[in-house]
Amino acid sequence: MHGLIFRTLEAFISDTFGPENWTRVVVLSDMPVTGFEAMLQYDGDYFPQLLSAAAHVLDRPESVILEDIGTYLITHQNHASVRRLMRFGGETFSELLHSLDDLPGRTRLAVSGLDLPQVEVRQPAAGSFTIFCRGKPAGFGHVLVGLLRAMADDYGTLALLDHRGQRDGAEVIEVTVVEAAFADDRGFSLAEVAIAEGA
Amino acid sequence: MISAPDLLRALRPLHVWVGPTGHVRQVGKSFAKLGIDDPTGQRFLEVFEVQRPKKPSKMADLRGLAGQVLRLRVRAEPGLGLRGLLIEDQTDGVILDLSFGMAVVDAVQRYGLTAQDFAPSDLVMELLFLQEAKSSAMAASFSLNSRLNGARLAAETEALTDGLTGLHNRRGLDGALERLGQSDTEYAILQMDLDRFKQVNDTLGHGVGDAVLKRVAGVLRAHTRQDDLLVRAGGDEFVIVCPGLTDTARLNALAGGLIRDISEPLMIEGQDVAIGASIGIAVSQTAARRDPKTTVTFADIALYAAKRSGRGQHLFWSPDMGNSLVELDLPVPTSRGA
Repeated sequence: MHGLIFRTLEAFISDTFGPENWTRVVVLSDMPVTGFEAMLQYDGDYFPQLLSAAAHVLDRPESVILEDIGTYLITHQNHASVRRLMRFGGETFSELLHSLDDLPGRTRLAVSGLDLPQVEVRQPAAGSFTIFCRGKPAGFGHVLVGLLRAMADDYGTLALLDHRGQRDGAEVIEVTVVEAAFADDRGFSLAEVAIAEGA
Repeated sequence: MISAPDLLRALRPLHVWVGPTGHVRQVGKSFAKLGIDDPTGQRFLEVFEVQRPKKPSKMADLRGLAGQVLRLRVRAEPGLGLRGLLIEDQTDGVILDLSFGMAVVDAVQRYGLTAQDFAPSDLVMELLFLQEAKSSAMAASFSLNSRLNGARLAAETEALTDGLTGLHNRRGLDGALERLGQSDTEYAILQMDLDRFKQVNDTLGHGVGDAVLKRVAGVLRAHTRQDDLLVRAGGDEFVIVCPGLTDTARLNALAGGLIRDISEPLMIEGQDVAIGASIGIAVSQTAARRDPKTTVTFADIALYAAKRSGRGQHLFWSPDMGNSLVELDLPVPTSRGA
């Protein structure tokens, strides 16, 4: 499993709850390493172990942690480039949702070896979207919910997002766009130089 | 059916349509962003400079380039290179469909271009996405590499250093000798043994022994130059490699100074400690093909000769001492001067 995924979990817990809590998670999950490098590969079994230890140490469900990671990736200054790369998906939040089919492909283009679940987006009615995530890592749908919630804020769009659990082997997310221009758009300029990744 | 000019306007944000007289009839909407006044109505060749494949000087020349890919630049913005296909419009005019090529990344920064400035079918957004994503990934990669490199250098230094004195160890010496062997630099090697060190260690304890060794390292540092390599080869054996220094008078002064300062009586942990040092010196010119290993052996032979002739001395290797340690009449009597 790609080190970026582990590095993200580590950065999220250290930045949000302090490095001492990350240390507790590592100790509790019996990891043979104390930290992760973004550009190395690790055993995929480590991730569920770390996540379950994190749920115990931080005293909250795994799904909430995953969702918060998604939000953290978009809103934290250290990961400004993630927000920018997401904004390449479209001019509006709805366009971004339609571009999610390309997300695994775009991600692979950015970092080869970083494999995300297959994403399929349907729009059964105007303003109403259903997103299906198939494949590993499990729980990615929760990360996507947090990530999209933060992106909706970024576009100034009022949207309701809900993880509906599993259906036919896929995680299902339902999105309702209530008002496209609800608040100010934080803006996105191609020309603006991205802030260097600090993580 | 949509008219050709409307089709161009709708699909090609960087097109130029030139009439039969050589004047611009229509340009795509993105030209407005490029810091040039609306070129409509102006002579095409006055606004643009065609650089390749040929420089046309009149409309007929330009028409002659139809069917080819042109490289050109905007005269008002000489840094801005464009390229595109030129076709005839079948009414004696020409149509040029342009793009930035690889310069697009710079152009986006310079002119504040947005997604609307490019045709939706254009892969430019993917290119820009990739460019940003690669920069981020490279930054992460560089940061990992520099951390690994730092760790490697630390481990390497540790592997080549004697932990007690901070001098180089034998591995560090081997590396330095190998490098010297491959260069044309002349050099001297000083082999030094401490006198009476074993006694100090045995009677006053290892703590005092260690303190003596640290002090000796300090004396070596004080007497040598930045480029000299100081080595604790083991126990109480030290080696000094002096690149570029083969002058006998200076080496005499160096060895004499070392022995004098090391032999200075001192107090360690309330104990009087008196040690001494013997030094053997060999310079690279005396060794065949300047082989560093031979030079080291010669310095060793000179060291034994110095010890045999009464300790607290330094001697240069000379041919009468022989070429090999086994030729010496060993072992050296330990009673003398100890």
